[in-house]
Amino acid sequence: MYRHLKITLMLLPALAVLGGLFLGGLFLGLMRSFNYMPVIGLTRPSMDAYLAIFSDREFYRSFLLSIHISFTSTLISCVLAVGAALLLRRLHLGRTVITFLFQLNLTVPHLVGAIGILYLFSQSGVFARLAAEMDLISRPAEFPALVFDPYAIGIILQYVWKEVPFIGVIVLANMQTMGHDYEAVARSLGATRWQGFRYVLLPLIWPGLLSASVIVFAFAFGAYEIPALLGAHYPAALPVLAHRKYTDVDLAARPEAMALAIVIAVLSAVMLAIYIRISRRRNGC
Amino acid sequence: MIGGDGIWARWFRTLTCLFLLVWLSLPMVPLAIWSFAHGWFFPDILPQEWTLEAWRHALSDKSGVLDALWLTVGIALAATALSILIGVPAGRALGMHRFRGKAVVEIMIMAPIIVPGIAVVLGLHSVFIWMGLTNTVSGVILVHLIPTLPYVILVMAGVFANHDPAFEAQARSLGASAFQTFRCVTLPAILPGIIVGALFAFLVSWSQYILTLIIGGGRVATLPLVLFNFATSGRNDLTGAIGMLYILPGLLILLITARQLSGCAGAVGGLGRV
Repeated sequence: MYRHLKITLMLLPALAVLGGLFLGGLFLGLMRSFNYMPVIGLTRPSMDAYLAIFSDREFYRSFLLSIHISFTSTLISCVLAVGAALLLRRLHLGRTVITFLFQLNLTVPHLVGAIGILYLFSQSGVFARLAAEMDLISRPAEFPALVFDPYAIGIILQYVWKEVPFIGVIVLANMQTMGHDYEAVARSLGATRWQGFRYVLLPLIWPGLLSASVIVFAFAFGAYEIPALLGAHYPAALPVLAHRKYTDVDLAARPEAMALAIVIAVLSAVMLAIYIRISRRRNGC
Repeated sequence: MIGGDGIWARWFRTLTCLFLLVWLSLPMVPLAIWSFAHGWFFPDILPQEWTLEAWRHALSDKSGVLDALWLTVGIALAATALSILIGVPAGRALGMHRFRGKAVVEIMIMAPIIVPGIAVVLGLHSVFIWMGLTNTVSGVILVHLIPTLPYVILVMAGVFANHDPAFEAQARSLGASAFQTFRCVTLPAILPGIIVGALFAFLVSWSQYILTLIIGGGRVATLPLVLFNFATSGRNDLTGAIGMLYILPGLLILLITARQLSGCAGAVGGLGRV
């Protein structure tokens, strides 16, 4: 009995803070998305906010854009990160230098990376200037639109820049703890290099890769400041749309903003469930 | 080494390595150049004139950048201290004990790492208005606990999973009080973990944008908010200088922890959300 009391007391402050702030925030957002708030006199819940956003073309375009941003950047980051890790584990000096750069990159806030991408890829940015130097273009407007563009290329470039090191460090650590033995056995039994990677190494790093991808996907889906800085005005990424509706002068838009927040929360809950399943299975065997 | 390496394979590897090096450092280059540039117009590859004007303005009292810097440091320190205070006992419970409902508690702690801030903060805003916490520094500190606390708990749970309680039992049996035992036995053993957890929490709070924007209502102007405003108003030189200032703590923290970080994937996961 005493032991249970002790554990409860140790956990209580943390659960109170996370329960109050995190679950409380989600719960209040849910109530307000139904326009239900008895404290301020809204006693009749309604589905109007959801009906409004689900019948609006802008919502679907924003939703698809956000899915595109997170899916494409996760996929590219994973492929490049595994490639980089395969390359780095064979180099000694290069590995130390690049692992340091990877970690350095992890400490740089996304916002700074986004501004860097803006200065590199905008129509008057570094690459546009280089193109002008080589007489490929004569005016900024002739440089292809890589930021504020409808395909979110700038946003994806930023996430790839930031997440390749994140996934790379995890995969590299995974590979180092495994060593070369499994692959060496496969090769000695006649497997080709590709077979050794596809059927031996990849299954071994898969759980780590997958859980890192889930974190990256959820982050890219829900982050605000990167699409706010690098995105086109229409369609805007879902978090930007939610913020825009929340700060709208028309207060009636607020429940719609809450409904968008709930849509983001539901999608990230799915991500959370996948993440937990992966880590359970990994600990299980 | 697996398999033979031809000369082409080696060249390919070196080139790709160089490409990685350039690509990783590339976005920081124009920021650094802009901070010393005086008018850097298309199509100049480099600025016509170099100047310290942006740095002088950023570091003067007028611009408010230094105020923002200290405010951000203060908020991050407060959120870190609170997270340590609350997170260390929770980490101990999770790292050293089995109990019913543990899985639920773990999900509860993982959830804020996956669920984005915007999904939570819009709902929270209305109750913070009611409690008078919006547009205040204390409100911002409180909301920063949502992302910082889980990291501290996860790091501490890892530390306590390898912690041997027998030493504490011995100290108690030799007559040490509960406080003395904590002070002289437990604390020295977990201190490295606390430091790593604190540095993560600091960096996570340091990089928050949307939580500060909504709860601070634009009145609590931390460095990322100031940086965003300059970046969208076209003051590229000041943006460069503030951007450089903004990445400084992360750099320092990396240099301090470079050894603890290497090969510790769980700990690196903490930096992933920065």
